[in-house]
Amino acid sequence: MISVEHLTKCYGDFMAVKDVSFEIDEGHVYGFLGPNGAGKTTIMNIMTGCLSATEGHVKIDGYDIFEEPQKAKKLIGYLPEQPPLYLTETPLEYLKFVGEAKGLRGSELKEQIEKVIEQAKIGDVKNRIISSLSKGYKQRVGIAQALLGNPKVIILDEPTVGLDPIQIIEIRELIKELGQTHTVIFSSHILSEVQAICDRILIISKGRLVAFGEPQNLEKLLLAPNEIIITTDATEKEISDILSNVDHIVDMSIEQKESEYTIAHIKSDHDNIYEVSRNIFFGFADKGKALLEMTLKKTNLEDIFIELTESSANEVETTESEEVDR
Amino acid sequence: MIAVLKHELRIYFHSLTTYVFGALLLAFVGIGAVLYNIQAAVSNFEFVLSFGSLIFVIIVPILTMRVIAEEKKQKTDQLLYSLPITTAQVVIGKYLSLLMIYLIPLCLICFYPLIFSQFGDVYLLTAYGSILAFFIMGSALIAIGVFISSLTENQGFAAGIGIAIILLNYYSVRLSEVVSSTATGSVIAMCAVIIILGAVIRYLTKNSYLAYGVCSILIAGIIITYLIDSTKLEGLLPKIMTKLSLFERFSVFVNGVFDMTSIVYYLTVIVFFLFLSVQSLEKRRYN
Repeated sequence: MISVEHLTKCYGDFMAVKDVSFEIDEGHVYGFLGPNGAGKTTIMNIMTGCLSATEGHVKIDGYDIFEEPQKAKKLIGYLPEQPPLYLTETPLEYLKFVGEAKGLRGSELKEQIEKVIEQAKIGDVKNRIISSLSKGYKQRVGIAQALLGNPKVIILDEPTVGLDPIQIIEIRELIKELGQTHTVIFSSHILSEVQAICDRILIISKGRLVAFGEPQNLEKLLLAPNEIIITTDATEKEISDILSNVDHIVDMSIEQKESEYTIAHIKSDHDNIYEVSRNIFFGFADKGKALLEMTLKKTNLEDIFIELTESSANEVETTESEEVDR
Repeated sequence: MIAVLKHELRIYFHSLTTYVFGALLLAFVGIGAVLYNIQAAVSNFEFVLSFGSLIFVIIVPILTMRVIAEEKKQKTDQLLYSLPITTAQVVIGKYLSLLMIYLIPLCLICFYPLIFSQFGDVYLLTAYGSILAFFIMGSALIAIGVFISSLTENQGFAAGIGIAIILLNYYSVRLSEVVSSTATGSVIAMCAVIIILGAVIRYLTKNSYLAYGVCSILIAGIIITYLIDSTKLEGLLPKIMTKLSLFERFSVFVNGVFDMTSIVYYLTVIVFFLFLSVQSLEKRRYN
């Protein structure tokens, strides 16, 4: 549906986007997640043809956004961060202009406008001047504009920023609804929001795409150098002996003892953490030592987000999340 | 393009500036008609237009200041970029809407010579020739105004620069005549003009090499001409300004000559500044 290849954007010396590539399939809700200033808006602006790229290509359904902008743009509805509204008009007039500019005429235009007004639920305010509308309604008018012409892809840049909690919930519901009939891409710096709505998440940090995948898979992916915490009554040396017979263990550290038990943090590079924990279990059993407690350290999206976006050494390869068997 | 045109017209008819534009143009031409045709009992309507052209200094910037600057300020330019229309279509649509707004008071003005002809001999041919030229000259000024509006997101700034430039254009010939008409005087004045041109180029393109290049080539040309045949440079600045001034060329029409070269010049100015406006909009995608 959309393919972004090696996208790079420089503002003078500053690299806002660095070699970003990804593919977007039809019929999902995609979330761009990243802290403020990560390059989400820049990527979206390039994808919609509002901004040129220094390098790289964006193809919408096979049409290059730079080579065949008219055809490519017809497939996209875009709501920028600040809804691009003409404040002196009414929503109806505004939608009429956008519809005409998108090439709709006559009865088709009328039907489309009625449809998007219903979808965005702005029927009550369609004849009021836009400048007098609340921020939530302005946002809805912006979304209605993006929906005109029934584009395959709808791109929304931070659609919930600045709204009150009820409006946020309403907009989220709307995005979910749209996700059933369109491919929706939206950006946010709020993790829970992305987690709640999206089927696929793209995490962007400092202009790089640092992770891309389904929310569950992202958690698994980032668990990769897995950590197992065991509590045992074996001594440090005994633990080392047992673990030396277990494969895929990369690191082991002993927590300072506060009791008669030993707590060890074991790191593994195996894809399937349960394989390792099974071996550890049998290893201890063979030696006749008891495992008093065994915990897998689970990472949640919050941790991933913080780790990916804040650690300076975020050299995590841009990988499609692979299936990790559990 | 049609969508942009219709949309702009709707916005303009909702805003006060359109009516101020029309009212000022009609008022000024009306005052001219009273002074020349009624009080002085001159039957040439073209003199009224010559008098009325001064009001362009105020009304063209008022009309054009918001046309692109406001889009940038309200961030609605993002919408225009993301719609399946080209920037050329946007600029032309906007420009045509301005021309239509300009045509409305002009249509009313078209009745004046007819009315006056009921009471005496009016040279209708020169009157209507001048009205046509008046329209085309105004169109050229509007194109310049559109370009100035595309440079900034501040309407006030656009209006201020617009007034300054049109005023300068209006008085350019008279100002240039102040400069000494000797060859040396011309060289100094030309160099000053070229340096200002270079500064403008540098400001617009942010490319100092281009600005320095253009400046040095032009200045070298002037100095070489001065060394070879200095008599050619005598009174050069007023000559150039007469050629460049939009208002000066209009006086030819007022004198009863329908000058095709001037029409071509006006059309060139229109195309040139609309082209620059498109480039100015395109440039925003590339910085």
